[in-house]
Amino acid sequence: MSALLEMRAITKTFPGVKALDNVNLTVKEGEIHALVGENGAGKSTLMKVLSGVYPAGSYDGEIHYDGALAQFGGIADSEKRGIIIIHQELALVPLLSIAENIFLGNEQAASGIINWRETFLRTEDLLKKVGLSEAPTTLIDSIGVGKQQLVEIAKALSKDVRLLILDEPTAALSESDSQALLDLMLELKAQGVTSIIISHKLNEVRRVADTVTVIRDGGTVSTMDARTEDITEDRIVRDMVGRDMAHRYPARTRRAGDMLMQVSDWNVWHPEHQDRQMIRDVNLDVRAGEVVGIAGLMGAGRTELAMSVFGRAYGRNISGEVRMHGKPADVSTIDRAIAAGLAYVTEDRKSLGLILEETIQRNITLANLRDVSAHGVINEAEESKVAETYRGAMNIRTPSVFQKVMNLSGGNQQKVVLSKWLFAGPEVLILDEPTRGIDVGAKFEIYNIINDLSAQGKGVIMISSEMPELLGMCDRIYVMNEGALVGELTAEEASQERIMSLIVTE
Amino acid sequence: MELSDTSNRDAANGLGGYLLKHLREYGLLLALIAIMAFFQVVTDGTLLKAVNITNLFLQNSYIIIMALGMLVVIVAGHIDLSVGSVMGFVGALAAVMIVEWSLPVGLTIPACLIMGILIGAWHGYWVAYWKIPSFIVTLSGMLVFRGLSLWLLEGQSVGPFPKSFQLLSTGFIPDVFGIGRPNGTALAAGAIAAILIVWLGLKARARNAKYGIEGEPMPFFVIRNAIVAGALLFVCYKLAAFRGLPNVLVSMVVLTVIYAFITENTTLGRRIYALGGNEKAAKLSGIKTERLTFLAFVNMGMLAALAGLIFAARLNTATPKAGFAVELDVIAAVFIGGASMSGGVGKIVGAVVGAFIMGVMNNGMSIMGIGIDYQQVIKGLVLLAAVFFDVYNKSKQG
Repeated sequence: MSALLEMRAITKTFPGVKALDNVNLTVKEGEIHALVGENGAGKSTLMKVLSGVYPAGSYDGEIHYDGALAQFGGIADSEKRGIIIIHQELALVPLLSIAENIFLGNEQAASGIINWRETFLRTEDLLKKVGLSEAPTTLIDSIGVGKQQLVEIAKALSKDVRLLILDEPTAALSESDSQALLDLMLELKAQGVTSIIISHKLNEVRRVADTVTVIRDGGTVSTMDARTEDITEDRIVRDMVGRDMAHRYPARTRRAGDMLMQVSDWNVWHPEHQDRQMIRDVNLDVRAGEVVGIAGLMGAGRTELAMSVFGRAYGRNISGEVRMHGKPADVSTIDRAIAAGLAYVTEDRKSLGLILEETIQRNITLANLRDVSAHGVINEAEESKVAETYRGAMNIRTPSVFQKVMNLSGGNQQKVVLSKWLFAGPEVLILDEPTRGIDVGAKFEIYNIINDLSAQGKGVIMISSEMPELLGMCDRIYVMNEGALVGELTAEEASQERIMSLIVTE
Repeated sequence: MELSDTSNRDAANGLGGYLLKHLREYGLLLALIAIMAFFQVVTDGTLLKAVNITNLFLQNSYIIIMALGMLVVIVAGHIDLSVGSVMGFVGALAAVMIVEWSLPVGLTIPACLIMGILIGAWHGYWVAYWKIPSFIVTLSGMLVFRGLSLWLLEGQSVGPFPKSFQLLSTGFIPDVFGIGRPNGTALAAGAIAAILIVWLGLKARARNAKYGIEGEPMPFFVIRNAIVAGALLFVCYKLAAFRGLPNVLVSMVVLTVIYAFITENTTLGRRIYALGGNEKAAKLSGIKTERLTFLAFVNMGMLAALAGLIFAARLNTATPKAGFAVELDVIAAVFIGGASMSGGVGKIVGAVVGAFIMGVMNNGMSIMGIGIDYQQVIKGLVLLAAVFFDVYNKSKQG
């Protein structure tokens, strides 16, 4: 079999980060090629290079496609050559019909006037191919995610696809929908379509893939051929993780004290889709001075769990109990949760954590204005004093606390969010991806702050997609998958392999 | 490190840098002065005659009062298109209660204010708790209350009002010193207000210096205060030469001070800015965003009712057309005053100055005899120019 695609020595750098370092990927004509790796390993970046999102010239290395050097200037170029990506977040317009979505931007039209008969006929044909029995006029909004995924594939087929790239296609699908999708992939393969599947689910990878390439830290680690050798999940996991972890985390002394917070039998349903249960029977606890991690893949429900506990900021039909110091606590609204001693530091600091137009000072005091005011009147001098204290303690690098937070770097913004919550005086802090998008130096500072907090006897729950970070910082790690806790490991037991295998073996 | 260090740059550029950073605040004041100077010249000094200054306040009081509430609504990230209709409706209600039902004024005024609160609550309920865009809810209110005032008045004008009601708008504070003309109360009030402003300014500077907060450079402080205090004394002197302080001016000033204090110095005000700046972040900080939104509309309803009473009292009659298109003047005043359409930005003083700019232009152009057609065109262009100035400034700083 000849190679349809060869990516040679691809290197892509962003300011300050080498996202891809000398990556090689060879995809043979007519095979299903799986691309696996941790979050942030570089899989999506590689696919963006391939599809022209990062145009030729913005990366080093060569792409050979269909026997010739390819230099795509944009998605339109690669699509013209039959390379089609289906992203994790589907690119469908919810209030248009299936037919309209399939031919969006590629309308069956003559001089701008749409030929609806042709559109519907071709749509019916395509839907039959992907095994979807819906009318072409059905609105995208009214079908489930699984069927939407099929519509995306039908859309790809309408463009004479040669190389189909699926980014985490089954992440949001139920078991039966996933199986249907995998079957379809095999069927397309029989029809001669080559595909690349990016997936975390190793059982699925094993089921469909002919070749597996593992990427780690922006480089190719290994390529395995399922037709000639036996690929075990253990072997893939070992290649996915395993890197030097020494000295990236400050040393910490462990001191688990009295029981601080317990969450029991926690169940949460999706706020819009009422039949979708997001959190299933979760039980967890945090002791004073303990740093507890929650590991899991994107979409595992970690943020949903944290936000639903924090004053029901997420979800509906929430049931379960939260206890603080052994006594039932009222966390039914956000201000009550704050009063009960909780703080939630969001993963999305720009849209959920900060008021970007406001000053550092005003952001820091926002969750606890009571302590800088008397009878509802703010004492601005007192407020400045508080802000200055945190600026010093957290080492927020800014000329003044009257600086708007939108002018700060990511790391300093994160310190402002942390300051806000520390000033609110919580006993338990839930940190959701506390080091996302900030540089290594600032990360180390955040780790030190976390250690200080635990030394003060506060409980910390740390949600992170970076496993080394959890292993380096936590006393205990819960592993979460599909809304449920699937394991609990002490620091001694925990390793990336064990966490990964808890997630992938279901 | 991608720290922006604007304040370092300012220190380097000194006064010029400071002026650049606060161009908007000073610019607004300068624009008002420039516009007044312009009309003073082209109207041969009519603009600043005692009687005309008195008129300026009487004519614009209801706009300014509503601009206070509108600023709060806009800072919270919403808009209220219904205020003109609500104002007309409440004026009509007052007329029917007093003139047709012969109810006492002392009962009618509180009843009308409560009606305003209820109307605001109606709008706020849909916006805050059902998340219906305020544009739609208040557009509906605009039609509903315009229709209801037509119904209430049966298409007729109702009036006149008894003297006690008219005083709400056309009364003047008596001269407690018994001088008569010039009016002693007005002079004394002007002097006290000027001294108070300078004293408060100095106190704030001293406090800032104590905490090491960088404040306005001294020359700016002196010039700005001299202009403000001078203008105050001048206006009060002029008013004194006519009939003294209009009642409505007093209520307007008191309301402005109260709302400026609430928005700038209280936790309530701070939370409204946070809500408008980033509703989700505010909510996750434990702020009851729905309730605040609701209250912003309740407050707006109450002020629109007050404006309706004042307007009816001034005209001495309630007409079905009262308040027609006034919401546009109010909203324009708030945006000219520097508020942001996306919420979270804007000041009470800015909105008041914005309303004065509109008022002076209306007044000056009318004196000049410019037709209503050109007046509208010019006002529209001034609004665009003011907002463009904001956007341009921001893009240069960003």
